[in-house]
Amino acid sequence: MTQLTKHEPHTIYIKPSKGLAALNLRDLWVYRELIFFMVWRDVKVKYKQTLLGMAWAVIQPVMTMLVFTFLFDKVAKLPTEGIPYQVFSFTALLPWGLFVVALNQGSRSLVAHNNMVTKIYFPRLILPISSVFSGLVDFAIAFVILVILMFYYQVTPAWNLLWTLPLFLLLAIVTALGVALWLSAINVQYRDVNQALPFLTQFWLFATPVAYSASVIPAKWQVLYFLNPMAGVVNGFRWSLLGVGSGPDITLWVSTGISILIFVSGLFYFRSMEKTFADTI
Amino acid sequence: MTTAISVKNIGKQYKIGAAESKFRYNMLRDVIVDTVSAPIRLAKAMIGKSDRRMNQNYVWALKDVSFDLEEGKVLGIVGRNGAGKSTLLKILSRVTEPTVGTVSVRGRVGSLLEVGTGFHPELTGRENIYMNGAILGMRRAEIDSKFDEIVDFSEVTQYIDTPVKRYSSGMYLRLAFAVAAHLEPEILVVDEVLAVGDAEFQKKCLGKMGDVAQQGRTVLFVSHNMSAILRLTQEAIVLNKGQMLMRAPTQEAVDFYLSSGQAQAGQRVWDVEDVPAASAPFRPISLKIKNRSGKAVDTVRSAEPVTVEFEYQLNAPVTGLRVGFYLSTMRGEYVLATFDTDEPQLFEKHDTRNTGHYISRAEIPADMFNEGRYTIGVNASSFGVRRYFMDENAIAFNVDITGAPGTHWPEPRVGLVRPRLNWDIEKIG
Repeated sequence: MTQLTKHEPHTIYIKPSKGLAALNLRDLWVYRELIFFMVWRDVKVKYKQTLLGMAWAVIQPVMTMLVFTFLFDKVAKLPTEGIPYQVFSFTALLPWGLFVVALNQGSRSLVAHNNMVTKIYFPRLILPISSVFSGLVDFAIAFVILVILMFYYQVTPAWNLLWTLPLFLLLAIVTALGVALWLSAINVQYRDVNQALPFLTQFWLFATPVAYSASVIPAKWQVLYFLNPMAGVVNGFRWSLLGVGSGPDITLWVSTGISILIFVSGLFYFRSMEKTFADTI
Repeated sequence: MTTAISVKNIGKQYKIGAAESKFRYNMLRDVIVDTVSAPIRLAKAMIGKSDRRMNQNYVWALKDVSFDLEEGKVLGIVGRNGAGKSTLLKILSRVTEPTVGTVSVRGRVGSLLEVGTGFHPELTGRENIYMNGAILGMRRAEIDSKFDEIVDFSEVTQYIDTPVKRYSSGMYLRLAFAVAAHLEPEILVVDEVLAVGDAEFQKKCLGKMGDVAQQGRTVLFVSHNMSAILRLTQEAIVLNKGQMLMRAPTQEAVDFYLSSGQAQAGQRVWDVEDVPAASAPFRPISLKIKNRSGKAVDTVRSAEPVTVEFEYQLNAPVTGLRVGFYLSTMRGEYVLATFDTDEPQLFEKHDTRNTGHYISRAEIPADMFNEGRYTIGVNASSFGVRRYFMDENAIAFNVDITGAPGTHWPEPRVGLVRPRLNWDIEKIG
């Protein structure tokens, strides 16, 4: 028999949490390996019993890019600030893909794992967090495609991407996670979220400069337009990778502000609802 | 001695009744009104001003429960269904928060019932061990060091790299249990362990529990099986309607529980306060499991017919009423569902039931069940109109297989049913 315990057990206090509960990040740290395992499982299971396997991670964004190219470049001839449309749209599809995963998987994460939620304790934050992180795997694959595309179309990357890109990726994660926190917590009680998701995803895509350039938005509407945090993320990616657009200006700060607001309020909303998840799910 | 668990005045309040009222549309008009007002309702609900408060009943599933438990002790918890046993365990394992009160727990709490939580059918046995271990709060290094032991215990060594969707249910259960059993928590919670799995599996669970207790860990043991409680615990608490009635040496607690009438074998009685107001005009009174001689019993024999009796009161005439039983195993697999008006003639005859006092009675034929513990849920509804009352877990009973077919071989038999079939052996050459 293995020995009793390797560490001295610590005492856990269980009591009703009040108001804006503490975020309990310590527990999240204790359970950090679970995040890894959840992401690992998602990735592993996602393409099981598919003929094309991981190739789907390539096919999906590439097909979207080709459709966009046909519609918005060949037919509508939208301006792309001198960048080949393929590269222009694919750059935006990277963070957008991450966001869509968060929106769809993240929002459903609690309900989808209701057997875990009703049976055992673990920090519930792990579920939306790991669905967002599993989107990063697809992101990495798509990133390789982007590099290939940039070589092929001979697009020179902007010099400052080494430090700006990680920052914009972080902004994308914060935005995606913020939205996932809100929607997953609401979804526990009101499954209306499930019904609204397809529409929400579509609407959000149109409201984000993925298929088109943010420069087509009239100047007086710019600030309003960038209230959509994904607009800031996508524009930032383009600026960081391709050197187009205005770079960090008021619009980016508006987007970043909203993004942080959604994230922080999402954290607190999630925490305040967390205690009832097991009862209402 | 150190205190492992200290529970102080905890209570848990649940909201009930809201869900039913929401889907109880009677008229198209209601549907339209409901749809139009939906956005307003959603907005109100989100800022916490629900207009549905009127329809909600609050119940205390647990109230004012306090006790301390020293490290290394085994405590039994007894009480009938709905007494708050599961709620108590859920609070101790932090699945749900108490509404009031505090608990301090020293060390990790593990349970033998959460077997297989997070198992994914597409992953192999090996992968699921890691996944499940992580969900139960084990570190990777810890799983590594116990991996071989887990695999040995589960007896699925040669299939360890096969996706678990290809496993038989027995293999699946053994693997899942092996992970849970090796979690080695400081505090182990065992909820109705005797009800899960086949006889062999139960023996394994109890053996593991014994080991755990001997290693000086703290165990909380919930069961309806008094002999198991007596055998495995020194002390027990009795819960009734969410309140702790007593804590005493096990023999004393069990005597009290059995004699206080609340545990009356084979019988479930609904008091007025047990019935949600939304059930009206339907009022459940009692549910009884009777053996061949008409006695309400906790254990029935598979070889004899069993009668299930549901007594209720209608405080107003009800049209299209059907009263039914849902029979399932303790693991939640349905065995069957049956309604008193399944026969069209009976349905026509009892088209409208007038105000009055009724019994709906069904006889389950002999040679039906295999060994094990089963639950009966009751349901009273008018099809497509409304559900009056539902209790998915109204009563539980044991099935004893003495005299059933094949019992001259002392081995557990798989399957939920154990019918007596007309076998014929013919020599054709």
